[in-house]
Amino acid sequence: MEAEKPSFKRELLSTLPSLRAFAVSLSGRHDKADDLVQDTVMKAWAKQDSFEMGTNMKAWLFTILRNEFYSQMRKRGREVQDSDGAFTERMAVHPSQYGIMDLGDFRRALDQLPDDQREAIILIGASGFSYEEAAEICKCAIGTMKSRVSRARTKLQELLQVTGEGDYGPDAVSAQVTTIPRFT
Amino acid sequence: MNDLSMLRRRRDDGLGPNSDIGNKLRALYGAVQGEEIPSKLIDLLEQLDAVEKQSKPAKGK
Repeated sequence: MEAEKPSFKRELLSTLPSLRAFAVSLSGRHDKADDLVQDTVMKAWAKQDSFEMGTNMKAWLFTILRNEFYSQMRKRGREVQDSDGAFTERMAVHPSQYGIMDLGDFRRALDQLPDDQREAIILIGASGFSYEEAAEICKCAIGTMKSRVSRARTKLQELLQVTGEGDYGPDAVSAQVTTIPRFT
Repeated sequence: MNDLSMLRRRRDDGLGPNSDIGNKLRALYGAVQGEEIPSKLIDLLEQLDAVEKQSKPAKGK
């Protein structure tokens, strides 16, 4: 019993970065996300006896966080739409291989997805869960999870394409040529 | 889930390493994930741990 404690704490710690990223994607704000993670850590700690070491702690924590998020939303009513542009803002610090504008467009497209689809594509595409795990976290059937991810991807493709064509007008080919970065 | 089924799944859902959408998702997510964990969260864990050790100096059960 005692020997499990350090490991529970360590595993919890190692999951925090991903848990935070999921919290930001759900709440759209860093401050709220950190409060949410804090509540989740306290809840998880209080019910750690119900967690079996060796099973999937990440999925267990994501489930707690997600439940906490939706129960807080129900209590407070929907005030979630005022995103602080958390993802975009961070990209200015960590531009990675993509341009800042590029990911800004992507984040806005992501914001336009229905909550269940956005959550699904993030759990599968970014958090690294299997469909089975993601379905369990969201308390839905595996088939439902698959169809949410698929619809999310289709919708994102549509949105991103529409944005591109809208910007470039009908002469998309020559426009694309001019947008290729030059290696000077 | 083994590696093979993981690969198969990635290829099927169009979110794998060659997918633009998949890569952008991971870039956004990874940016937050790469941030330093706020100290208040680390402190909270330490406090929870300390309180528990204090209240249960010997074996709990």
